[in-house]
Amino acid sequence: MILGRAFEDMCAQMYYRGKMFGFVHLYNGQEAVSTGFIKLLKQQDSVVSTYRDHVHALSKGVPARAVMSELFGKTTGCCRGQGGSMHMFSREHNLLGGFAFIGEGIPVATGAAFTSKYKREVLKEADCDHVTLAFFGDGTCNNGQFFECLNMAALWKLPIVFVVENNLWAIGMSHLRATSDPQIYKKGPAFGMPGIHVDGMDVLKVREVAKDAIGRARRGEGPTLVECETYRFRGHSLADPDELRDPAEKAHYAARDPITALKKYLIENSLASEADLKAIDKKIDEVVEDAVEFADESPVPSQSQLLENVFADPKGFGIGPDGRYRCEDPKFTEGTAHV
Amino acid sequence: MAAIFQGVGAAAALSSSLSNSFDSKKFVSSPLRKGASFAVVRSDGRVNLNPKGRRAQQLISNAVATKSDSAAASSSSKPGHELLLFEALQEGLEEEMERDIRVCVMGEDVGHYGGSYKVTKGLAKKFGDLRVLDTPIAENSFTGMGIGAAMTGLRPVVEGMNMGFLLLAFNQISNNCGMLHYTSGGQFTIPIVIRGPGGVGRQLGAEHSQRLESYFQSIPGIQMVACSTPYNAKGLMKAAIRSENPVILFEHVLLYNLKERIPDEDYICNLEEAEMVRPGEHVTILTYSRMRYHVMQAAKTLVNKGYDPEVIDIRSLKPFDLYTIGNSVKKTHRVLIVEECMRTGGIGASLIAAITENFNDYLDAPIMCLSSQDVPTPYAGTLEEVTVVQPAQIVTAVEQLCQ
Repeated sequence: MILGRAFEDMCAQMYYRGKMFGFVHLYNGQEAVSTGFIKLLKQQDSVVSTYRDHVHALSKGVPARAVMSELFGKTTGCCRGQGGSMHMFSREHNLLGGFAFIGEGIPVATGAAFTSKYKREVLKEADCDHVTLAFFGDGTCNNGQFFECLNMAALWKLPIVFVVENNLWAIGMSHLRATSDPQIYKKGPAFGMPGIHVDGMDVLKVREVAKDAIGRARRGEGPTLVECETYRFRGHSLADPDELRDPAEKAHYAARDPITALKKYLIENSLASEADLKAIDKKIDEVVEDAVEFADESPVPSQSQLLENVFADPKGFGIGPDGRYRCEDPKFTEGTAHV
Repeated sequence: MAAIFQGVGAAAALSSSLSNSFDSKKFVSSPLRKGASFAVVRSDGRVNLNPKGRRAQQLISNAVATKSDSAAASSSSKPGHELLLFEALQEGLEEEMERDIRVCVMGEDVGHYGGSYKVTKGLAKKFGDLRVLDTPIAENSFTGMGIGAAMTGLRPVVEGMNMGFLLLAFNQISNNCGMLHYTSGGQFTIPIVIRGPGGVGRQLGAEHSQRLESYFQSIPGIQMVACSTPYNAKGLMKAAIRSENPVILFEHVLLYNLKERIPDEDYICNLEEAEMVRPGEHVTILTYSRMRYHVMQAAKTLVNKGYDPEVIDIRSLKPFDLYTIGNSVKKTHRVLIVEECMRTGGIGASLIAAITENFNDYLDAPIMCLSSQDVPTPYAGTLEEVTVVQPAQIVTAVEQLCQ
């Protein structure tokens, strides 16, 4: 969680210093959800996120260096600089993205869960119990893709957990103004899966619920819908002036900061000392500083990278007038020829 | 070489044309496929095989073909087998599913119902309900599900019951299917095949008669192919499934009952290559899918009038096979594009741009493009007929072009 917070704060700094551009959505305040869920996963389990995906990537194991480079748009980024803030992918860590349109990742997550079931039943890998987590927000819960996937996941008992990070605001649209029945967890039973509500600012509570849901999925009992009540301390993105939200509301949730809460818990229950926590803080600061340095020093992509990953099989660019496949032409791969 | 005949059960209306017999086999071979050759088949006529020249003369009796005389037998060592286009698709799909256990099908009514056009008939019984998945009616989501499955190791074939329904899946096709390989920096491949029938049918109404090739063609990262004969339907289906790129396979509602004899052995059709249907000298006619048959019908009239059209079925809608097309343009110097797509921003429009860009010096006349009218397809039969390009218009266009 500390890594997530420190990383996001550094992102904000770097953004204002002009190192990264575009839409950057920070996760401050919601760290408990990411940590609570993702830390229970194995490497082969998949995570699908939205544009607010930096911390999901970090929790899943993508190195901070790779994420920071990606944000700076360098070739050493996890997606070679081609994805950016909103499109974090990692095959190694099974992070299936990073989607800019809301709701778009939910069917992809359903597909990953389908593969898990397929592997178990058709490919006969009997011990395959990979679980997929789909993270999305309250705004997405009014979107068709959400409902369609709840239906399909429950219908085929797919090993997936739908995690709603309900931070009450979809940019400037309050959840209460957009939804006829604001209690999202109630929509689970309508499709035949349990719907659970949890305090998303408390990492230990989230973890308890996550254990149950992920366990259910692993045993093949089907999907679960978990609504985490959480809050984002910053605006929707770094471009959002965040004027609509009531300061009293912000203060209310700031008082429930998951990191401070956990620190307090650890100290009160003598699980760690002040010094330990300070050491962690310091270590994380070093990690983040190192990530920034690495990203700074990394090279920018050269022009030849432009056309490199458009197709998995570059024959897809077709046959040129000379009879050869375009991808065989060196000028083409240099990125100078037109597609 | 395999002899290919064409016949569909119904009787021909014009008996006069039945007097032509099969002289010998004449195969128009595509220079791009080694070994395999075939004669052009029409949905609206038989194939008359010319003993002399290198070209097959098409004898078009009417819209319905007759059973051909198979006594003019095949000189092929392998006799091949005759089947209908939807059976060819099914065969291709079945062979690929047997060959690779990761290939699966998802779509509405593909399983127990066998597919609304019977392309997946029998597959659910053979491979099980999970490999041939009946989905609820949620195109956007099950296409997305196919994409997620493709990212995690499966090779799904997503069927849109009608290409028009894939408009609902456009979000997933455009944003995820085409883009994810790129935005993930090459980490995830999406070997998905999205297929379904489209085009103008017999009075199916506006929404079921859409030509959507143009909508998908700008999406970077996908390949589009259109099949037109049982031979290339099976070949393209197999090639699409084996391809690592996402491929959209356009079929046509009216072509599912075409009959042709195809080889027994395993073969695929190259996804990026066009097919030479009829070599010629005077004018290049570029076409695809159902319009190929209208073109061949018009070709018969043109040949009788003394013209010698070269007909190419472009097959690969994205990317274009500029080599075959280019060679043809360099030979004939005149181009006519006949397509069923919409006029505005259609495949023809892109093709004109590509040809002008690359082969402008070789053109003796401006490129002509005959496309469907920019109207939603009307229900009335008479109006529907004039929405698409008819053979008479093609003949007029060639005459105009060759002045």
